Amino acid sequence: MATRINPIVSQRIVKAQLWSLTGFTIGILFFIIFFISIKGLPQLSIEFLTSNPVDMGRSGGIFATIISTVYLVFVALAIAIPLGVGAAIYLTEYTRETRVTHIIRFGTECLAGIPSIILGLFGFAFFVMSLRLGWSILSGGMTMSIMLLPTIIRTSEESIKAVPYELREVSFSLGVSRWQTVTRVVLPGALPGIVTGIILSIGRCIGETAVIIFTAGSSLRLPESFLDSGRTMAVHFYILAREGISMSSAYGTGAVLIISILLINLTAYYLTRYFLKKYATFR
Amino acid sequence: MSANIVVKDLSFYYNQQRVLTSINLRVEANKILGIMGPANSGKTTLLRVFNRMCDLIPNIRIEGEVSLNGENILRPDINVDKLRKRVGMVFAKPVPLPRSIFANLTYGPRLHGIKDKKRLEELVERSLRLAQLWDEVKDRLNESAMKLSGGQQQRLCIARTLAMEPEVILLDEPTYGLDPISTSKIEQALQSLKKNYTIVLVSNNTWQVARVSDNVAFLLMGELVEYGSTHEIFTVPKDKRTNDYVSGRFG
Repeated sequence: MATRINPIVSQRIVKAQLWSLTGFTIGILFFIIFFISIKGLPQLSIEFLTSNPVDMGRSGGIFATIISTVYLVFVALAIAIPLGVGAAIYLTEYTRETRVTHIIRFGTECLAGIPSIILGLFGFAFFVMSLRLGWSILSGGMTMSIMLLPTIIRTSEESIKAVPYELREVSFSLGVSRWQTVTRVVLPGALPGIVTGIILSIGRCIGETAVIIFTAGSSLRLPESFLDSGRTMAVHFYILAREGISMSSAYGTGAVLIISILLINLTAYYLTRYFLKKYATFR
Repeated sequence: MSANIVVKDLSFYYNQQRVLTSINLRVEANKILGIMGPANSGKTTLLRVFNRMCDLIPNIRIEGEVSLNGENILRPDINVDKLRKRVGMVFAKPVPLPRSIFANLTYGPRLHGIKDKKRLEELVERSLRLAQLWDEVKDRLNESAMKLSGGQQQRLCIARTLAMEPEVILLDEPTYGLDPISTSKIEQALQSLKKNYTIVLVSNNTWQVARVSDNVAFLLMGELVEYGSTHEIFTVPKDKRTNDYVSGRFG
């Protein structure tokens, strides 16, 4: 006769299994952070952050790559935020659900699925070659903005939709136009979600390599304008490790990367909470 | 400053289905018109035609004419924002905007170009007094409007409409879900408001209509069954269906 497992025992077993699966996932995260920190943190110093790379990065710091990263994020966001939030406003406030909006939405979903290496190739062919922008922060930023658009549109759309319809109705009934309603009532309510989407995109921008190697190049000089080529931290890390130039500098860069992404996510978290709280006091 | 509304042969279709059938009606200036009728009789739809809020519903078609002081408001080229400033609306569910009491009241006026702080403060006080809310909130105008009770929120919504200095006020079941004290405060406010405004009140509560209206329209399945003075409708109705409805012998 087959023995039946006592429900309490099976409950315990399942619980333990689920716990270990969760623990495993978190464990991987901590292992990566721990590994990079052990190898990278000893490299970090004020000098490492503020001096430029010397001898292809064998020695010196990573100042130029930090600046390139910041410039690139700036350009990508400056393009992706107005386009993405604008598209989200159009899709939610200015059209009814029709075949056309379905196609637009399907299109943005597809855009999200394009492998970054393909996007990089497109950026290279279009911005770098056809538009003759060369390998530059501008080409890189524009290509990155294409990659960020789906995320920003999606998160903005979701948070705009979450603003109660009655608020719009009240605003319209007071003779307030649609656009004024959007700017005074809808966007303030949707802001936490929109900001979260934007900050998550910053993270993706910082971590991206494939797109950037193709479009912004890998020049180690400090970029003086958006038309200069630049090497972001992630690309620097890739090249240092791949070419075996300096593993210690590579890990140092990796540590800076991980710390900045962590900081950005934390800021996102607290900023969202702050906005929610501010909004909630009026609830 | 108040206005009359004349409705001529108004029919309203939603998804090809007729919701209102050739309504003829006159909303007199400085009077309260009560619109009563069971659910799905088209009361709210009729109300929303008066300020063109019905435009927000997809797949509708309107026939006939509705004129505000002689001007047809169903013309496609009419500026609906200006119309809604003249014809204010209060909804069944009180919806304060997520901001302070003061900012709720100045939201409309500001966006219609009133910037002067003194003028705005006057508007706020006047509207809150008219809505019988001033005494309860005068010391906390900068607090969130969300903290007010349901009844206070509804009076805030009435005040917010008044701050636009409209000519007509449309109320869609303004006391729905409120306690008797809040209800009577709102009814009092309406009585004193009719001196200066034309009021249209939609209500499911037959006794409320009897208490506050000067004229009554009885709608049934999108048809105007009877229209007359409150006294007539409630004492000597001409139509048997009206008689059944007001005496609670309906359906």
